[in-house]
Amino acid sequence: MSEFVYLYRGGDGPSDSPEQGEQQMQKWVAWMQQLGEKGHMKDRGQPLERTGKVVRGKDKTITDGPYAETKDLVGGYTLIEAKDLSQAAELSKGCPIFEYGGIVEVRPVMKM
Amino acid sequence: MVAALTRIFGVHNLALAEDVVQDAFCRALEVWKFQGVPQNSSAWLMRTAKNRAIDVLRRERRVRAFAPELEGLLESEWTLVPTVDELLTANAIKDDQLRMMFSCCQPRLREQAQVALVLHLLCGFTVGEIANAFLSGRAAIEKRISRAKKVLAGSKRLFDLTDRDFKARLSAVQRALYLLFNEGYHGASSESAVRAELCAEAMRLTSLLIDHPLTSIPSTRALYALMCLNAARLPARVDSDGNLTTLYVQDRSRWNRGLLTQGLRLMDSAAAGPELSEYHVEAAIAAVHAGASGVGETDWASIVALYDTLMSIRQTPVVGLNRAIAIAQAEGPARGLEEIHAIRDRHRLASYPFYQAALGELELRAGNIQVARAHFEGAHALARNSMERTFMQQRIDACDPFKEKLTR
Repeated sequence: MSEFVYLYRGGDGPSDSPEQGEQQMQKWVAWMQQLGEKGHMKDRGQPLERTGKVVRGKDKTITDGPYAETKDLVGGYTLIEAKDLSQAAELSKGCPIFEYGGIVEVRPVMKM
Repeated sequence: MVAALTRIFGVHNLALAEDVVQDAFCRALEVWKFQGVPQNSSAWLMRTAKNRAIDVLRRERRVRAFAPELEGLLESEWTLVPTVDELLTANAIKDDQLRMMFSCCQPRLREQAQVALVLHLLCGFTVGEIANAFLSGRAAIEKRISRAKKVLAGSKRLFDLTDRDFKARLSAVQRALYLLFNEGYHGASSESAVRAELCAEAMRLTSLLIDHPLTSIPSTRALYALMCLNAARLPARVDSDGNLTTLYVQDRSRWNRGLLTQGLRLMDSAAAGPELSEYHVEAAIAAVHAGASGVGETDWASIVALYDTLMSIRQTPVVGLNRAIAIAQAEGPARGLEEIHAIRDRHRLASYPFYQAALGELELRAGNIQVARAHFEGAHALARNSMERTFMQQRIDACDPFKEKLTR
C-alpha cells in the first residue's frame, strides 16, 4: 500500500441555498466513509478557505489570494492509501466534486 | 440534549456535555433578556448548543479523546459539522435518549440511583428538584448522582448497547419509569402532593419505548396504558380548593376522556402474548375504575381478584393495603380491617400516612369513631405536605359526630 494525496481543485464552491450546501456536505461525508470502509482512508484532511495570501520572491512580497483562476484553486486535501497510482485514480471517481465541475488531482506521496 | 452530546463527546466526557448544555441555557437567557424569547425557542437553544459543541470539538480535539467510534469524523473539517448535524436531528436525539435510558439503568446501580440519573440526565432536573421529588437532602442526592455518573463514565459501552442489553435491562427501565410516574402521582414532595410534570416526563420517556420495536413489548404497552389511565384521573385528584381528593369522592366528569380511551386501547394491544406483568394487572385495576360511573357502581369483586393476582406477582405491604381496602368495599369494613391486620411486613407501612388513614376510614365506617379519630390524628402527624395535612384534618373533623351529620 502506498500513500496518495487527493488535491481538490475548482468546483463551484459554496452553493446557493443552505439545503443544497447540506446535501453536498452529506455527499462528501458519504464518500469519505466509503473510502474508510474499504480501508483506503489515511487522513480525511481538511477543506480550505477560498481566500488567502500568497508570499513570493526574494523580497517576500505578500499579495492577496485567490491567485490564478477558480478552476485551479485548491479547495482541500485528503490522504489515502492505495495499491498503486491507477487504483488511487480509480478510487477518486466517487468524489462528489465532479458533479459541480471540479477536478481531483491524484499525487503519490514521495518516499525519500 | 445531554444524551445526544454525550453520544458525540463520549461517555467519559459526560460532564463536558452537561457544561455545553448549561452554557447554551445561560447564553439563551442572556440574549433573550435583551431581545425577548424567540418564537421557536427550543430550536434556538439547539442551535446554540450545537455551535458550542462544535467550538469545543475544534478547540479540544488535539488534547482530548471524544467518542472513539467518531474520532476520525470529528478531526476533519470535511466531516465535523455534517457529523454533528446528523447526530442532532430529532430522530437521532430520540434514539440517544432511549440509549441513555438504558445506560442509566445499569445493573450496578441501585433502583433509586437509576431513577435519579434518568431525572437528571434525561429530564433536566436539578439536584434540588430531585431532592424535593424524593424527599431527600440535597447533599445525599448530589452524592448519589455523582457516584452514579462515575459508574456510568467508567462503562465504556454507553451507546453501543447490544440487543441483549436492551432485553436484559428493559425491566429495570420500566421499573424506573414506573417509579418516576408514581413519584408524580403520589408524590411525597413537601410543596405538592401531585406533581404532574413528573408524570408527564415518565409518559414521554415511556412513549420512546413504545416507538422502538425492540422495547415495545406487551409489558411496556401495559405500563403505558397504566400511566394513561392514572393520568386521566389527575385533573380530578385535586379539587377546586386545591385539596387532595380520593377516588371515592372525585368528580369523575373531570377525568380526561382522551387519555382513558388511549389507555384502554393500549391495554388491548398489551394483551398480545402470554406475558402477564404487574403492569398488566395494575392497568386492569385502573380500567375497572375507569369504567365505573361511581364508587357504588364499581365492580369491587373484580378488583379484589386482580389484587390477588398482583399479590402473586409483587407482594408488598402497599399492594396488600390496597387489596384490603378493595375487600372492605366488597365485603364491609370489618373484613377490610381483618385483612389489614393480616398484611405481612405491616411494620414497613408505619410511616406511610395513608396506612393510618385507611385504618381510620374503616374504623369510622365500622362505627368505632374514637379509634378512627386516633388513626386520623396519627396520619395527620405523618403527613408530608400541606395537601395531605388538610386532607387528614378533614378526616379528623369527620369523626366529630355533629360535623359528621352535617357532611353526610
